[in-house]
Amino acid sequence: MNVSDSTPAMNNLMGSEADSQRTLYPYVTGTSVVGIKYKDGILLAADMGGSYGSTLRYKTVERLKSVGKHSIIGASGEISDFQEIMRNLDDLILYDNMWDDGNSFGPKEVHNYLTRMMYNRRNKFNPLWNSLVLGGVKNGQKYLGTVSMIGVHYEDNHVATGFGNHLARPLLRDEWHENLTFEEGVKLLEKCMRVLLYRDRSAVNKLQIAKITEEGVTISQPYALKTFWGFSAFQNPTAGAEGSW
Amino acid sequence: MSQISESMPPKGGFSFDLCKRNQMLVNKGLKQPSFLKTGTTIVGLVFQDGVILGADTRATEGPIVADKNCEKIHYMAPNIYCCGAGTAADTEAVTDMVSSQLKLHRYHTGRESRVVTALTLLKSHLFSYQGHVSAALVLGGVDVTGPHLHTIYPHGSTDTLPFATMGSGSLAAMAVFESKYREGLTRDEGVKLVAEAICSGIFNDLGSGSNVDVCVITKGKKEYLRNYLTPNPRTYVSEKGYTFSKKTEVLHTKITPLKELVDVIDAGDAMEE
Repeated sequence: MNVSDSTPAMNNLMGSEADSQRTLYPYVTGTSVVGIKYKDGILLAADMGGSYGSTLRYKTVERLKSVGKHSIIGASGEISDFQEIMRNLDDLILYDNMWDDGNSFGPKEVHNYLTRMMYNRRNKFNPLWNSLVLGGVKNGQKYLGTVSMIGVHYEDNHVATGFGNHLARPLLRDEWHENLTFEEGVKLLEKCMRVLLYRDRSAVNKLQIAKITEEGVTISQPYALKTFWGFSAFQNPTAGAEGSW
Repeated sequence: MSQISESMPPKGGFSFDLCKRNQMLVNKGLKQPSFLKTGTTIVGLVFQDGVILGADTRATEGPIVADKNCEKIHYMAPNIYCCGAGTAADTEAVTDMVSSQLKLHRYHTGRESRVVTALTLLKSHLFSYQGHVSAALVLGGVDVTGPHLHTIYPHGSTDTLPFATMGSGSLAAMAVFESKYREGLTRDEGVKLVAEAICSGIFNDLGSGSNVDVCVITKGKKEYLRNYLTPNPRTYVSEKGYTFSKKTEVLHTKITPLKELVDVIDAGDAMEE
């Protein structure tokens, strides 16, 4: 009824004050995370690189964290937004503990919370610029899911974020099967991480593997993968055509 | 003054009316469409006796599959074949053109063509068109100097590699190669790996699909295995059968074999007139 009321609202929607508060682009980013279900639980793998644009600025960024007793989370995308997410998740777990009712949040609940958080931020045009992988075991039930920065979420036997979707998912679709042992699972993840190391420009050769089973969470120490560069075509690429490349 | 220009009839040729508007949009921040990796998975690898090339068989026109079983492995010379990704017309035309140039060169020199000759002809053609000829090629062959495998990008740069993939399905195929390739593969291992890489592209990339073509080139011999694998057969068969419905009555049947209507003039000079 009051015409003047609508115009300030319209202005605020795309106004200059709103712009400075929105996330427009990511600054320090992590690259792919790969996760698989195996016989006893979930395995996640991520490297420890934080890129600042095209510079590999930070090489000891822990992108795999445990959430409560039953879940682990891996994040790719803006590192500061991941730290914000961790603050929210730690508060969530704390409040849940304070109830002291014998129940604790399992991976399904945490995944749902994350989905709501990401989707609501997206609806306000102020997203948390992350793609997350959430895995866990509770009461013998294994759970592995993913949430993207716009709130797309699903669960599957194997998930990946970022470049991992293009390079790791095809390998996992071929070679994943039910009841992988721990060694087979690690070998499969290392195979995926090695391809990512060769073909993703923002990957670093320093990775961690996180394991979660009914007993609890273990995040490995950082280690490096072996790479092979000894192809004969690499030694002398211009054999037979001097001057070309 | 303006009235006179309006009454002039429109001339033929390119109308530059929209160029100013496009420039204005770019200035406002519109990102112009970049080069499309159109739907394809093409691969090549070097094994102990030669080169194996592989390709899928889907040709797309935007979201539609235009050709379910096209041929992406093109003939260049008896010992050289070339897979093409990108605009189908560009890959066909450029490989045909270089193929005929190679034949003339063979007549001129009296020798078998070399892979680097095809490589140089292709790359200089593509470079001179500054990327507008949208052809991304995987060129492979065996000549007197040995087996060679090269990739050629639309702007004219080339790489010499032990294994290569191109097209929208290249990442899926490259994942398979990076994890399973090693030097000194036998023929069967190589064909199996190429088929696996193309299948990875077919099943994980929307722009690639249908069947797998493989071409094995060794010294003095080539095997073009068209539709080596057909992992996407047409499985639905209607139980009702494909007949006319609703009791269409056949009144009269007359079959005219068309061949008998054509008179073949034996040994005539075709281009006489």
